[in-house]
Amino acid sequence: MSVTDNSSYSPQATAAFNDDVAAPMIQLQGVGKVYPGSDIPAVADLDLSIPEGEILVLVGPSGCGKSTTLRLINRMIEPTSGRIIFNGEDVTTVNADQLRRQIGYVIQQIGLFPHQTIAQNISTVPKLLGWDKAKTAARVDELLEITGLDPNQYRDRYPKELSGGQAQRVGVARALGGDPDVLLMDEPFGAIDPITRDRLQNEFLRLQGELKKTIVFVTHDIDEAIKMGDRIAILGEQSVIRQFDTPERILAYPVDDFVSDFIGSGSTLKGLNFERVHDLKLSDDWPVVNVDTDRGDVQRLYDASPEKWMLVLDREQRPIRWVNDRHLADMTTPLAEAGAKVTALVDPNATLHDALEEMLLSNAGQAVVVDGKGRCLGILDIERLAEVLKRLRSQARKHYEDLAVHEAQLNAANGPDGSGESNS
Amino acid sequence: MSPTVPDSGTDGPEAEPPHPEHSRKFPVRGVAIVAFLAVLGWWLFIADTAANNDLFEGFEVLVNGAGNLPSLIFNPDAYSSWWTWMSDAEGWSAIFSRVVEHVQLVAMSMLFAISISVVFGVLVHRVRAFRGPVLGVASIMLTIPSLALFAVFISVPGIGIGDRGPIIALTMYSILPILRNTVIGLEDVDRAVIESAKGMGLDARRRLLRIELPLAWPIILTGIRIATLLNIGIAAIAPLVGGSGLGRYINDGLQRFPDLTSVERMWTGVVFTIVLALVADLFFTLLRRLTTSKGLRS
Repeated sequence: MSVTDNSSYSPQATAAFNDDVAAPMIQLQGVGKVYPGSDIPAVADLDLSIPEGEILVLVGPSGCGKSTTLRLINRMIEPTSGRIIFNGEDVTTVNADQLRRQIGYVIQQIGLFPHQTIAQNISTVPKLLGWDKAKTAARVDELLEITGLDPNQYRDRYPKELSGGQAQRVGVARALGGDPDVLLMDEPFGAIDPITRDRLQNEFLRLQGELKKTIVFVTHDIDEAIKMGDRIAILGEQSVIRQFDTPERILAYPVDDFVSDFIGSGSTLKGLNFERVHDLKLSDDWPVVNVDTDRGDVQRLYDASPEKWMLVLDREQRPIRWVNDRHLADMTTPLAEAGAKVTALVDPNATLHDALEEMLLSNAGQAVVVDGKGRCLGILDIERLAEVLKRLRSQARKHYEDLAVHEAQLNAANGPDGSGESNS
Repeated sequence: MSPTVPDSGTDGPEAEPPHPEHSRKFPVRGVAIVAFLAVLGWWLFIADTAANNDLFEGFEVLVNGAGNLPSLIFNPDAYSSWWTWMSDAEGWSAIFSRVVEHVQLVAMSMLFAISISVVFGVLVHRVRAFRGPVLGVASIMLTIPSLALFAVFISVPGIGIGDRGPIIALTMYSILPILRNTVIGLEDVDRAVIESAKGMGLDARRRLLRIELPLAWPIILTGIRIATLLNIGIAAIAPLVGGSGLGRYINDGLQRFPDLTSVERMWTGVVFTIVLALVADLFFTLLRRLTTSKGLRS
């Protein structure tokens, strides 16, 4: 599926070109890190804009430098070159401790302070910022509340009394303590069992829907990246950005073999998670009849249709049976009992991924879209899905073609070297 | 995650290595051993002196003396005469002032030792290169025979006879247990805890005072307790170089042996030293409970 001949693609230009990208909250400009005694940079000359209010996921294979990149942002690792712009201000050389108080930080091992209560842990940054006691206490309760822990029950507990999932909730609450605009998360759910992880991810996304923080999220798991990211940066060796885009577009159009391999098989199916049933035109080819329709009219309608199955609705317009010519030939069985029961029902809000699953399980090979009262809205068949996939892919391709043109214009304006954005 | 940085994705929660220093059972046995060794040392010393510095003759005196020991211990009259000596001849207030002297010796040296050890412990923790030399020097200090170390300071100008030499010697002995436990305690603090503290903007001083030292504290306190109990026993040697404390009674008794009241004196010294050690142990148990966060107790 990938297009390897797209040599003019520059990930950084994507961010500039995407008109829906918010203003950058954090910018890394030509940032690099070379460890002493090593010739090869861990992070080489990285340009990255982190849009405000979004979750940017840094994803890549082990050892690609994604964690290092994250830790360069709050200067847990000091960059050896380049500049870090935070909220419009160059923070490359400001006091790192002061900077970190404005940036939430969540790590996989959580690192709660075992000798402090949950409340004390969460009030770490508020205390550093000099908040008064009442404000701090109110903040602690608020944060426990929004992370799904009852303040009265958990406030005075110690970390050792928490499960892994609860501890990471506290970890997130503590990172949000000083109400930072930015949150850095380094594989935050990596050490948690799959079921709890899924729940924490969902709750975190819901929380983010309200908080609208700028989040940089590191993971090695492409599925987590697709689920969590508003935007994904796929990183290769030395943290070189291989593709920077929305999950939808990355799935529809991996720019090269590296990205394609990293996403792995099934990227088309994963892409179906981003489209919803109500976004697409439903098929009107299928014959639909009411249960009370005269059998002669039913037969005429069926014969006029190219399809082999016919949908029967009850008096409330709810789908009940799928029938074919064999069932129709048997005049002794009433329509309400003929053929196969309709099993595949999908909500307009369902993702196409869910709809596909229903379709594969159904007898007739298609799903019936129903509203909240169970009334038939239309029929979804495999041809519709194929059309959607084709459309997604061509849209993504068009996006990258436009991008190439845009970039060519930029290069023409900035000179032949094409590095007009570099600041180093 | 660069090749030079361990991949955090594979790190599980770190297993906590068990520390033998945590053991609560040490003191009673330890104190008994220390007291026994102190008395034995004194006995050997006195016997040696009595035999004009001839060690073999000294052993003979020692063995003869030991032969009399059972009859001393199992003689009820000995106890009543001991009690009479303490209450009438010597007097409780005199004994109490000896106890106070002993406590002062130990407290002073511990104060110095704790300050030095914690400072060097933090330094060693911060600068790995110091670890070998500093712990090495501390170990060597603990191996110097106590008798020799006490005596050495007499010839140093400004120290001479009195309590100064013993305080310095006791300080030197106490450094290793506290220093070693400080280093172990600080090294034992979970890396993730330090990482998250740093990530939240706690500067180096706050990380040390609010996170690292409080987390290392139970282990440091164990070191302090071991050093204190060790000190209480060794401090009994102080009178040899003109120092004060309960060792005076042991000293007096051994010098008069086998004359009247010599055993009573020795017993007073030994028994009160042991009592002092037990009280100190109780004190540290309480202190540990009061100063250790509930979150750290198992």
